[in-house]
Amino acid sequence: MTNPGYKRFRPRWHRERMPIFWWLGQFSYIKFISRELTSLAVAYTAVFLVVQFWALSQGREVYGRLLEFLRSPGALVFHVLVFAVLLFHTVTWLNLAPKALVLHLGGRRIPDRAVLAAHYLAWVAACAAVAWVLLGGS
Amino acid sequence: MSETITLEVQRYRPEEEALPTWERFEVPLKPKWMILDALNYIKDELDGSLSYRWACRMGVCGSCGMMVDGKPVLTCATYLSSLGPGPVRVAPLKAFPVIRDLVIDVEDFVGKLESVKPWIIREEEKPLAQGEYLQTPEELAHYKQYSMCINCLLCYAACPIAALEPGFVGPAAIALAQRYNLDSRDQGTPERMDVLSQEHGIWSCTFVGECSVVCPKNVDPAGAIQRYKVQAAADWWKSVLWPWGGTKRSMGPAPG
Amino acid sequence: MRRSNEPFFWALFSGGGMLAALCLPAVALLMWFAVPLGWVEAPAYEALVARLGHPLLRLVLFVFITLCLFHWGHRFRFTLYDGLQLKHLFGLIATICYGGAAALSLVAAYVLWTFP
Repeated sequence: MTNPGYKRFRPRWHRERMPIFWWLGQFSYIKFISRELTSLAVAYTAVFLVVQFWALSQGREVYGRLLEFLRSPGALVFHVLVFAVLLFHTVTWLNLAPKALVLHLGGRRIPDRAVLAAHYLAWVAACAAVAWVLLGGS
Repeated sequence: MSETITLEVQRYRPEEEALPTWERFEVPLKPKWMILDALNYIKDELDGSLSYRWACRMGVCGSCGMMVDGKPVLTCATYLSSLGPGPVRVAPLKAFPVIRDLVIDVEDFVGKLESVKPWIIREEEKPLAQGEYLQTPEELAHYKQYSMCINCLLCYAACPIAALEPGFVGPAAIALAQRYNLDSRDQGTPERMDVLSQEHGIWSCTFVGECSVVCPKNVDPAGAIQRYKVQAAADWWKSVLWPWGGTKRSMGPAPG
Repeated sequence: MRRSNEPFFWALFSGGGMLAALCLPAVALLMWFAVPLGWVEAPAYEALVARLGHPLLRLVLFVFITLCLFHWGHRFRFTLYDGLQLKHLFGLIATICYGGAAALSLVAAYVLWTFP
């Protein structure tokens, strides 16, 4: 017996430690962490909405300066990236919806494709609603 | 095709060494061999001290789960020839303590499984004279998928939360709880919800989804957990907004 | 065994996630590109203020923004727990995530309330 830590009738189970960056070890884990980090883009957009409202409330000039800022190349590049992340959030979220929403109609299970299609249709409807609210209902 | 392939097997002999080591074996590369056949060859011909579990060798008992080239698989269901030139790394299932070589300690899992009460729970048993509980094929279809679980624990090995949080009830246990929750003969959903709607129950799950990817029986534990989250959240809100309603004892239709 | 109160935060996360998934890409496309770059006819300043100032719309927006913030709070909390193995700092993390979300929601409430 060459392992001094070993106790004959209380053997030592080996427990592997999880490395801190376990999520870099496999592509599916990388995808998972990327999906989770989309929440930062969601928070940013929500906060920016508030900033937009604040700028509007401060008068035409302040709002104009915000629009100027949005047109700047730095802001545009950054917002393209955030927009891509928001799309990633939408697609990953909607694609997982059929897993969480299992409904039965008349004893038969509604197929996942139908649930998925309904969600994407809802997305289209929501986009139309947002455009109507922000751009004008006239 | 070459004649042999190298297997790099994790050895752990706690009476000899403090940490696991890797040992290489040359095994014949026969076209119809599974990893399990290679391990049996090693034990028969090369090193009889190699310790590992297996039983049915046809993918129904759930004994032979191991990490092969970093992926949790049933060794009786994975072709040796599908793993390229090698060396093929065989290691014990992740997220479990290792007793010896490729053998893991599953006591924790058994405790977790027992805690979700994987049996039919009834408020009152029907007297024997009234006959059996009847169930239509439609009612069976509600839970059949979750009943296919063979407790192979590949889902726990794939789940990063199971590795990070030893207390996490885990995919298989929750899927099996759902198998009974959705069974029309069962009336135990509220009891199981007390166990599962806990921090180490379903709420530790962040829907990584790897459990369903590796499941050899297409149980889809990830789906079971997400459905249960919706149900548990709805139940929680109901108990907050309608506290006078009381805990419903039965969540399913009365069996005919 | 008392059931956990996680469902409360999970429901906020879930509602916020669904609303964010459905609405935010359109919001971003319009706010950050279409309007500033003139892809669409930008509404006049006064008309915009008048329409967005509608109390019902401001209420809806407050709820929407709050849910998005709590979606972030809940999800980021678990990202820190699992991604950086900081579960032992659960008190600090909960404060930053949910406290942060709550604080920003209050700011949103103030801005929307005082909107002309």
